[in-house]
Amino acid sequence: MSTAKEDILGRIRSSLSDHPSPPEPIRNYRRTSKLSKEATLEMLVDRLIDYKANVFYATEETIAHRIDELLQDASRYVVPVGIKESWLPEDTARRSRIFDAGNLKKAGTLSTRELDSVNAVVTNSTVSCAETGTIFLNTNSDEGRRAITLVPDHHICVVKEDTIVELIPEAFERIDYKRPVTMISGPSATSDIELIRVEGVHGPRTLDVIILQ
Amino acid sequence: MTAVSLGMPRVYHGEGNIFETEAFPKYAAKELTNEQLRANLGFATHKIRTKREHVVGELPDWQGLRTAGSMIKQRVMANLPEYLEMFEKNFTAAGGHVHWARNAEEANQIALDLIRAEGVDEVIKIKSMATAETGLNEYLRENGVEAIETDLAEEIVQLADDRPSHILVPAIHFNRTQIRDIFLKKIDGVSVDLSNDPADLAEASRIRLRDKFLQSKVAVSGVNFGIAETGSLSIVESEGNGRMCLTLPDTLISFMGIEKLLPSFEDFEVFLQLLPRSSTGERMNPYTSLWTGVTPGDGPQNMHVILIDNGRTAVLDDEVGRQALHCIRCSACMNVCPVYERAGGHAYGSTYPGPIGAILSPQLGGIENEYNSSLPFASSLCGACYDACPVKINIPDVLVHLRGKAVDHEKAQGDFKGGKKDPHYQMDAMMFGAKQLFSSGKLMSLAEKGLPMSKLVTGKDHKISKFPGLVGGWTKYRDIPEPPKESFRNWWKKEAPKASRRDSSERVDIQALIEQNKGKVVEAHQQAEQRGQTIAHPAEEKEQ
Repeated sequence: MSTAKEDILGRIRSSLSDHPSPPEPIRNYRRTSKLSKEATLEMLVDRLIDYKANVFYATEETIAHRIDELLQDASRYVVPVGIKESWLPEDTARRSRIFDAGNLKKAGTLSTRELDSVNAVVTNSTVSCAETGTIFLNTNSDEGRRAITLVPDHHICVVKEDTIVELIPEAFERIDYKRPVTMISGPSATSDIELIRVEGVHGPRTLDVIILQ
Repeated sequence: MTAVSLGMPRVYHGEGNIFETEAFPKYAAKELTNEQLRANLGFATHKIRTKREHVVGELPDWQGLRTAGSMIKQRVMANLPEYLEMFEKNFTAAGGHVHWARNAEEANQIALDLIRAEGVDEVIKIKSMATAETGLNEYLRENGVEAIETDLAEEIVQLADDRPSHILVPAIHFNRTQIRDIFLKKIDGVSVDLSNDPADLAEASRIRLRDKFLQSKVAVSGVNFGIAETGSLSIVESEGNGRMCLTLPDTLISFMGIEKLLPSFEDFEVFLQLLPRSSTGERMNPYTSLWTGVTPGDGPQNMHVILIDNGRTAVLDDEVGRQALHCIRCSACMNVCPVYERAGGHAYGSTYPGPIGAILSPQLGGIENEYNSSLPFASSLCGACYDACPVKINIPDVLVHLRGKAVDHEKAQGDFKGGKKDPHYQMDAMMFGAKQLFSSGKLMSLAEKGLPMSKLVTGKDHKISKFPGLVGGWTKYRDIPEPPKESFRNWWKKEAPKASRRDSSERVDIQALIEQNKGKVVEAHQQAEQRGQTIAHPAEEKEQ
């Protein structure tokens, strides 16, 4: 008896007995930006705000202070092991960082339950697309595994200015598909009830973006 | 063609939720009396349509993207065996397992076996058209496994024990108070003070599902895109329930129609621009996940894809109809369709409603199916769906083609009554007649000049209030707004050569129609006025 695979491939070949041979796809769409750096940044910020993310600016000198302010009352927050430590505010009696090793098979990685009990997460990002207001996380060591930017309710995400591009094809050039990719455009949202947009369903309800100049 | 030619390959149709349970006109007539459904759908389709137009208008290269999308999909279909095997090889090399299912039953069986192997009796689910098509939830329930829908709208529909009415916003037929009542009745431990504020309702769902996400060992999903060259999969979503299902459980089972492939990673950049703008009218949906097999210590370690035929190879067999397989399930065609807006998603019976459903369901399940054969007639051939389609599926062309097939089949069966009594003939003829009236500048301008034609076509409020014959039943419920002149005439210019293919005996005798309906609209308006009613469109009433 033939396998399902053989049967299906056989059916397809029989259905294609007219041997269609469509031409090579024409890619008549923008793949390289003509916008200035300033205009691209402005566009990204406009679109992040449109999708209810909060946008802040910082430099290498001021970023720790900024994150300190954004963490507010958080008592425990998680960071990926590869995060640049100079970005993080000093731990206090009331607040501490927790490093996540990024691999559940390794020590130093939080269980899902533990992750559910932290208040916030701070990560870097790989590339951001201005035209769609999308931040790409590519599971690098300063972005962490997928769960850490999902389970905590508050995501503070650093976007370096030189990682901002205008177009989706430009963003795609900077990511490695072999590692998991998470594309984020604003906080979790739903419009399922009477088409009224509600921010925050299952993913983080607050997305703070820090543009690092 | 395939039905009569000897020596043509036999095709294998699908099974599951791809059939009408009642002929479309009959079900639609019932649904038209549902005021809530119609008001909600009208509101939803118009709102999403406006958003879509806005964000599509932002892109100077939208038509270039559509063309690329269409051409990429043609390539996928022409080389489907090669791409499927390439996908299988690469997904397997990345640590995943590939299964093949000839039909819905086989797909469900494979999933059940995989779930049982994990020793669980509950799984969490991401909204998925493919599992709705195969009837997975019902199948699992019969076999002692509970499938928990985690998309808010699917959750509402599941808790209400109802069916989705729209593929993008499946619970749009419920209002907030109804949803509150459903939650109060069906969610254990929910506060009796739960308000009907959408934010509170979303919070109730968050609390209900959080533990499920943290505990579940197995998740089941569909797939938006599979990439042959890399073995990657992608899912787009908004709420984060998708990411939860794709990240936290140890086992992930993904249902994927064989047509969902893209050749290369580069092709994904086209579709990621086409889908969100066409679907929710957003520049980008909040979350898109892309992954290539198993990543050690991050996300599911046990990953399965079930490649499903279920009638897709039969669709592929039809040279005109096979473009229906290009569909990326965005729902833009529904939101612009005047028939869908009034009849609602339930009237189409199948998992796939609206214009795309009208060409996909009868091809998946076979036009020979008694009820599905009415679906290609559920359209006025106005062409709005083609304009809206991000991959340029020529839905009107396929509809006309399938109408021909349906009639051919009836003739072969001896069921075709022919002549004016046949419902297909009447519907086809009326739609065609209407098309002629609206699309001819001459006839329209006659109508506008207040000649008898205008009384037939557009009432004094520029609405069509009365059609004769079978379609009269339709206009009895609803006025049809006058179509926009510009776009329709442009459309006609393109379509006019095709119309000449029609047999002259199939054409409507416009003069006879005018005679037959002389003064009837005026009469109706006068009668209505005497009763103190006005005949108006509900959308307008709402705006006032």
